[in-house]
Amino acid sequence: MNLIIGIPAYNEEAMIKRVLNTLPRKLSGISNLDIVLIDDGSVDKTGTIAKKLGVSVLTHIINRGLGGALKTAFSYAKSKNYDILVTFDADGQHDAKDIPKVILPILNNQADVVIGSRWFGDNNKPFSRYVINRLANIFTYIMYGIWTSDSQSGFRAFNKKAIRQINLITDGMEVSSEIFKEIYRNKLSFTETPINVIYTDYSRKKGQQIQNAPNVLFQLLFRLIK
Amino acid sequence: MPLTLTQIFLIFFLLFALSRVYLRYKGGNVSLVGLIFWSSLFGFAIAIILFPILTIGIANRIGIGRGVDAVIYISIILLFYLVFRLYVYIQDLRQEISKIIEKFALKENEKQDEKKSSEN
Repeated sequence: MNLIIGIPAYNEEAMIKRVLNTLPRKLSGISNLDIVLIDDGSVDKTGTIAKKLGVSVLTHIINRGLGGALKTAFSYAKSKNYDILVTFDADGQHDAKDIPKVILPILNNQADVVIGSRWFGDNNKPFSRYVINRLANIFTYIMYGIWTSDSQSGFRAFNKKAIRQINLITDGMEVSSEIFKEIYRNKLSFTETPINVIYTDYSRKKGQQIQNAPNVLFQLLFRLIK
Repeated sequence: MPLTLTQIFLIFFLLFALSRVYLRYKGGNVSLVGLIFWSSLFGFAIAIILFPILTIGIANRIGIGRGVDAVIYISIILLFYLVFRLYVYIQDLRQEISKIIEKFALKENEKQDEKKSSEN
């Protein structure tokens, strides 16, 4: 099994070294593990730091947003024929120790897509994040008929079938909901697994903000009527 | 009835717009369908400016009291539609840009891999 960890990153020089150093270089059940960082038009040293650590870097010459970076991650995984793609945030909010847990349902052929959910149990999450996520989950359910406890999670795993079939279009933060649209459209099986979340002032600044919500909502509705 | 200053100004402006559409069509930036659409639209506007009485018939047909109100309502609907088309166009452009950026990133990575393997 070949696995690739794809990390979309935009101006993450303060955190990226720490994040990359925590990632595993070997995993049981995986014969080959690679890491690719999608440097989404950073104006700082994010890409340089990653290259120094021996990580493959795909450089967007201008910023395209989270969706744009994830599209590149999918294309890369497809072109290099990886069996599993794990997406992982660059802001340090995910715990690399959760990766085996997130890929387990794929290794056991139980699901095509696994969502690492931050909302199982209670581990000190900010209320504003809870509200944003809850609203996004309800919206995802209304739009795509899929209930998820964490529609905005950036920690996911996709098997080969999902890598090949998922066709993302949106460029911005709305991609998180679009992934569920693709799960629904391609009739992919999916499951959720609880993950730890490390909320710091830094990661809170970087993630989904309540002020993004109207734009995300508009973008998703626009896709329906276009 | 002699034309008012406003009518003359509007007609000149619309004729200018028509000439721009034609030039863009000649330059290949506007399709034939586009030329027909815009020419009909501006031609219709010129006809209404020259013969405002025409709007009364339209207004009566769609159940709006005054001709000028009918023109304003139709214009607003048209503007909404055009803004929507423009928005679609911009979104398509953004996606095209993303595709180019993605292709470029993948190509550059391939080049670097090739360079590395030739060095080893």
